[in-house]
Amino acid sequence: MACQGLAKGETTNTLKAESESLKAKLEEERAKLHDVELHQVAEKIDALGQFVMKTRRTLKGHGNKVLCMDWCRDKRRIVSSSQDGKVIVWDAYTTNKEHAVTMPCTWVMACAYAPSGCAVACGGLDNKCSVYPLSLDKNENLAAKKKSVAMHTNYLSSCSFTNSDMQILTSSGDGTCALWDVESGQLLQSFHGHSADVLSLDLAPSETGNTFVSGGCDKKANVWDMRSGQNVQSFETHESDINNVKYYPSGDAFATGSDDATCRLYDLRADREVAIYSKDSIIFGASSVDFSLSGRLLFAGYNDYTINVWDVLKGTRVAILFGHENRVSTVRVSPDGTAFCSGSWDNTLRIWA
Amino acid sequence: MTINTLSQDGVQRQQMPCLTKMERMIISMQDPDMGIKLRNQRLLITVIPHKCSISDEEALHVGQLFVKYGYIYPLKEPRNLILKADDSSYRFQTPYYWMSTRWPASELDYAIYLAKKNIRKQGELIEYEKECYNALHKRINHTWDFVVMQAREQLRASKQRRKGDRIVLECQEQAYWLVNRPPPGTQDSIDHGPERRTTNTRVQLNSYHNHFYVKYCEQYQPHDPIMQGCLPSNPWITDDIMFWNMNSETVALPTKLRVERWSFSFMELLNDQMGRKEFLTYLEKEFSAENLCFWQACEDVRHGETAKIPEKVDEVYKQFLAPGASRWVNIDSKTMEKTLEGLKRPHRFVLDDAQMHIYFLMKKDSYPRYLKSELYKNLLARAIVPQETKKSVFPFMRRQRHSSPSPALATQTAEDDGKAKKTRIVTINNIKLKLNPIRKKKRFWDSQIYK
Repeated sequence: MACQGLAKGETTNTLKAESESLKAKLEEERAKLHDVELHQVAEKIDALGQFVMKTRRTLKGHGNKVLCMDWCRDKRRIVSSSQDGKVIVWDAYTTNKEHAVTMPCTWVMACAYAPSGCAVACGGLDNKCSVYPLSLDKNENLAAKKKSVAMHTNYLSSCSFTNSDMQILTSSGDGTCALWDVESGQLLQSFHGHSADVLSLDLAPSETGNTFVSGGCDKKANVWDMRSGQNVQSFETHESDINNVKYYPSGDAFATGSDDATCRLYDLRADREVAIYSKDSIIFGASSVDFSLSGRLLFAGYNDYTINVWDVLKGTRVAILFGHENRVSTVRVSPDGTAFCSGSWDNTLRIWA
Repeated sequence: MTINTLSQDGVQRQQMPCLTKMERMIISMQDPDMGIKLRNQRLLITVIPHKCSISDEEALHVGQLFVKYGYIYPLKEPRNLILKADDSSYRFQTPYYWMSTRWPASELDYAIYLAKKNIRKQGELIEYEKECYNALHKRINHTWDFVVMQAREQLRASKQRRKGDRIVLECQEQAYWLVNRPPPGTQDSIDHGPERRTTNTRVQLNSYHNHFYVKYCEQYQPHDPIMQGCLPSNPWITDDIMFWNMNSETVALPTKLRVERWSFSFMELLNDQMGRKEFLTYLEKEFSAENLCFWQACEDVRHGETAKIPEKVDEVYKQFLAPGASRWVNIDSKTMEKTLEGLKRPHRFVLDDAQMHIYFLMKKDSYPRYLKSELYKNLLARAIVPQETKKSVFPFMRRQRHSSPSPALATQTAEDDGKAKKTRIVTINNIKLKLNPIRKKKRFWDSQIYK
């Protein structure tokens, strides 16, 4: 139907109007569907009480926008990267800086801590992902031991180590994701399927550990099999770029944050969206999301400088956290769930608990 | 993703209300006082239904429908789904296999059923079943290994049942499939016309999923420090790192919450180094420790350096798979054959099938028994419940924030004699370093207390 020319009496305007009214109908029906969805089942459980979370640490030291951060498995150290090319490793508990690396590029959009705690990976506008082993010799120049692992044809948007220090998964503005062997820099598998920049990825916490999810500017969230490179599931309900994807702790679902100012929950077994977290008063995009340890809370950082805390089951907002003075670019819960860290374009990072 | 629409008046429709009505009748028929007389494990249909006053002909007709929809099944000629007005025997189908609970029948389940039959009858399936089997094999090829494995597991489990029970279960299962996958030429009794899209089917399919989220969140809530706090206290709030010290990898006695968490899932047990150690101790007592060691060795292959894969795989073969190997693992012959074939050209995933087999073996067998063992119960009884420490109120007595040794200090490959190599694990607590607590010089008004 879309391939035929205009029929009699039709203009592009009338067709546009028709498509808009169909969209509205879809929204209506979809909203009705949600009446029997997750939050109905969750009606019987207790609502969450008064929510008190405060900034417990403020990490100052970056000279420019903080773009990304990651926790170390020791539950207190973090790595953060910024627009000016600096990558800093902190003991967030004492707020001491332990290592600093200056990347040869600006806009370091991705950084990750190795599972062993002995290295960090980062990259950005250099189109690469590099691994820096962390040396405690203060005199040693970390940049000297740098290992170039991944090579994309556009900016690196996100990176993550798999279960060991030996493999890295990356996503890029070139529309692909890729799995790399750290020692050799060899490409082990590439993942094609997005039709625009891929902005985020997350590894599934599953028994067999073989899948991951990615989200991009094509509004799609794709689930991939790491072994075969195949796209096994795809979800497209967002109305704008997906900035961040994160698995629910059990691995059966994942949440997304998007420029359309909503966060959504997608169930992998039901193969569809099961919840939308949105409010009329939230107009700016969600840049980053993460779950509390039990999966009951979803922390989302927004471009309007705030962090909203959502009740995952009931679909309601539990709290709004003010404090940052510019966009919140990254939000990550600590490995033992005791706190979460937010990074912002106001050059600081905050630990909340 | 499909979009469903509500019916015109916005009212939710129940698909096949006849099922509820039938089930109500079936239940009342089985009422010990007012229902039909049963004999041992057999049932003679004499009067159906027992309460309504209807003609015999109508009663027989209703009974026919019960058989067609699988609520009652004949024993003598199972493929003939009719109700005879003589003294042939029938049995009530177990609610597990009722249409309202298990409809539509899943392809995966049918594949597993056929696979079981195929194994039991050593390939001698009936013609139409053979065709279905082959068609399924093509259609869901990507999960076929799982299908076969599940079939084997179910057969193994059923062998451990009493003969009488086993026969009944087999009859029930067969009856279910005769209704839901009728042989060609017989009437498809559950044919219900073109699919009508209502929201109700969605609710039926999804309410299980939604309950899952609630269950999961409730189960993990006591372990979620942001939701429910943590004992003795949250280090970020009170500046006291007892919580981290008490939950470190090499602590002498773990906390109760931590030990409880191992019972949530096999993965939780394995993800905790201490849990893994405890489990290994248990397996050693059962003389099946090689399973866990094998699994760990496979993990090492999967996540390790590409260059080292061939030598690692070779080690695994020598230790665990070769005939007469010192720590030989018990894998079924088909998987073993496939693995050995793959070993000729070793790659990162060559041990996946064998690893999965051993993983599920441990998960279904050793893990549940470990949770019931004295070893686990003792540990749970001895485990600590920390006392709560409150945040100090006086700003002048703010606790010093102690630094900790960086994980980058040392990497230690945990290598115990005879056991397989694990991936690099940092044991921070093994490092005995005297670090002076770092005193942060802060202006009074910067103090965290005042934020």
